[in-house]
Amino acid sequence: MADATLRVFRGDREGGKAVDYQVPVTEGMVVLDAIHSIQAHQAPDLAVRWNCKAAKCGSCSAEVNGKPRLMCKTRMDALPLDQPITVSPMKAFPVIRDLVTDVSWNYKVNKKIPPFQPQPGVKWKMEQRDVDRVQEFRKCIECFLCQDVCHVLRDHDKKEQFGGPRFFVRVAALEMHPLDGLDRTRLLKEELGIGFCNITKCCTEVCPEEIHITDNAIIPLKERVVDEFYDPVTMIVRKIFGAKNT
Amino acid sequence: MTANSKYETHEHDVLIIGAGGAGLRAAIEALAQGAKVAVVCKSLLGKAHTVMAEGGLAAAMANLDKADDWRTHFRDTMRGGKLVNNWRMAQLHAQEAPDRVRELEQWGALFDRTESGDILQRAFGGHTFRRLCHVGDRTGLEMIRTLQDRGVQMGFDVFMECTITKLLKDGDRVSGAFGYWRESGRFVTFKAKSIVIATGGIGKSWKITSNSWECTGDGMALAYEAGAELLDMEFVQFHPTGMVWPPGVQGILVTEAVRGEGGLLRNKNGERFMEKYDPKKMELSTRDVVARSIYTEVKEGRGTPHGGAYLDISHKPAEYVKRKLPSMYHQFKELADVDITKGPMEVGPTCHYMMGGIRVDAETGQSSVKGLFAAGEAAGGLHGANRLGGNSLSDLIVFGRRAGLAAAEHAKKTAAPSLDNAQIDEAERQVLAPFDRAEGENPYTIHHDLQDMMQRLVGIFRTDADLRQALVELEKLRERAKKMRVEGSRLFNPGWHLSRDLQCMLTVSEACTHAALARKESRGAHSRLDFPKSEDVWGQKNHVIVKKGDAMTLFEVPRTAMPAELAQIMAEDK
Repeated sequence: MADATLRVFRGDREGGKAVDYQVPVTEGMVVLDAIHSIQAHQAPDLAVRWNCKAAKCGSCSAEVNGKPRLMCKTRMDALPLDQPITVSPMKAFPVIRDLVTDVSWNYKVNKKIPPFQPQPGVKWKMEQRDVDRVQEFRKCIECFLCQDVCHVLRDHDKKEQFGGPRFFVRVAALEMHPLDGLDRTRLLKEELGIGFCNITKCCTEVCPEEIHITDNAIIPLKERVVDEFYDPVTMIVRKIFGAKNT
Repeated sequence: MTANSKYETHEHDVLIIGAGGAGLRAAIEALAQGAKVAVVCKSLLGKAHTVMAEGGLAAAMANLDKADDWRTHFRDTMRGGKLVNNWRMAQLHAQEAPDRVRELEQWGALFDRTESGDILQRAFGGHTFRRLCHVGDRTGLEMIRTLQDRGVQMGFDVFMECTITKLLKDGDRVSGAFGYWRESGRFVTFKAKSIVIATGGIGKSWKITSNSWECTGDGMALAYEAGAELLDMEFVQFHPTGMVWPPGVQGILVTEAVRGEGGLLRNKNGERFMEKYDPKKMELSTRDVVARSIYTEVKEGRGTPHGGAYLDISHKPAEYVKRKLPSMYHQFKELADVDITKGPMEVGPTCHYMMGGIRVDAETGQSSVKGLFAAGEAAGGLHGANRLGGNSLSDLIVFGRRAGLAAAEHAKKTAAPSLDNAQIDEAERQVLAPFDRAEGENPYTIHHDLQDMMQRLVGIFRTDADLRQALVELEKLRERAKKMRVEGSRLFNPGWHLSRDLQCMLTVSEACTHAALARKESRGAHSRLDFPKSEDVWGQKNHVIVKKGDAMTLFEVPRTAMPAELAQIMAEDK
């Protein structure tokens, strides 16, 4: 097969530029294979995160031809090889070096979320049909591609006020766990800023685990927030009798 | 910052190296004991190799098969390990696994369910009963996420993307560790009363492997350099079913759950060849047997176009396959253009798991060095000569917990150690050396040649001549590694990282080869063409490797007899 040109971002916090590398394309090759080939033969210091190379760990997130992708799952033969393939770090996070970005903010957000707390005296029996919808959310491999593509983070950088799709998925998994006994609605509204999301479904489109982030996680959570804080009947009652009586 | 190191220093009661299942479970237990705990890991938290575990975790919960109990699990584990397992570890493992699984559930893990609402269990090779608690084919992810969230909430200090390159000692006990931040290349020291090694396996020494880049034997090499003993390093598991095509995905794991759910193995002539090798257990024979069978079929000319065997689950309803094996479905569809609901996969053996490892006390996980503990794949003994599928995830939580507990208790009884600057200077010199050379080989080339050599000479079938040749080659590779050169800066430099991982791989590869050469019989995963039979006399001993001066020394240790109660269980055949 012919060679491909990979146009890879090289640089760090101070800045950088795209550098072209010629890579021989082999059958079934993925973008991460091409990056490894560059490391082994042309640029041993090319920085990239990866672990499993099987789309199970969510480490090798980057933007291939401008689209947030897992490099281990992006086939070279699905890309137009007559033009250079651009490989850039995720835009929503600060660059550390080359394709590696600083994703530590995500771990800080995660810490804000109260973990699973079983209802008192539960029997630990659950029906598969009740578990199904939570298992969808538990598929998340924390690649943070949904965070990368979300315009609230990517374009408006509202990292102080907004938790991002990944953490709505996590809260949904906890809130819909059949035996969980906590309520995280106030957290969703006030700390994770779920109201900023205007359900454009960009996150759902990039999810490599095909989690229906918007439909199955975010919208039901938004409904819970609305029911608790914006229900007109509750609001009138609140106005008349004061918040503590509602 | 403490006074006696010139670098950023962090002080803890318990330092845990590795954040897979064993490391995280150890951390949780040490925290529960009131210890101040640090977890150091080479990758981001939650990316450890445990996420790739697919099929499930073995625990005799008897949710489906009421006859199951710890005794049967114990017997299966010992038989699978060809009776050279540490019987006490096998006993503790079988007895404690169900409680550890319940604990995961109480911390939020959501396993697949039975009709009556309990945890669903599936069949797996070598297990008498349906025993593997699972979540589709992504059980490891469920486990790591559960443990990660639990640990974060309990408040351990996590040092992500930080590599430990040397254990530090204060007299005969451990005092801490030296390492670098991958991101900045800055050095960091840790001071700790107890250290738990939970760094996983060594698969990256082989060319075809299911292991991630992290599995370079770091913990075993660190412990060995610090004077600890390594046990049974000849026993390396080749998982029968890795992907064989396309080339870029060669070795990636195809879960045993495919066979557990009814998948059939066939050669190119359409024959279910397991009939020849294990007519009783067929596809669900133990991994060593199935791996050798596939290898033999291919070698004798009955392989598939890309040199494997066919594994077929397409006789099951498509919806069932997608529900029970979702990641296999996607993996083959996206990476190999194969729809597993419609046709067979091509699979072949892949280097998967190290049964050997740091020699530890069964109850506590303590190594032969004071204050140094190990758990999970980095520790040896539980699995003997061959590990049963599903026994790894349960190993992590049973012995991770035990090591964390013992490490915290040890810390309570121990005064703060002091760090030795001379050792730190030496560690610094070692990691920086490849930058100092004006010319030299690239570490990628040496790694490539190591993998190629181990695959060729220390693979599934071994011979005296091959193993001796491997030792010669290892010596040459070590010489080349002494002269390798790293380009660029210390800022997130994978070439530099590999130069250091390579040293660990060379050490564990050498240990494996020595032990394989010494065991003049075939047993479990260790198959010698020149000694094809298992010999009773070899079943009475284990191999221990230790550093004497600068030399790797191997000796045999006799096995202790099982207590009557356990011997009785082994004698029963249900």
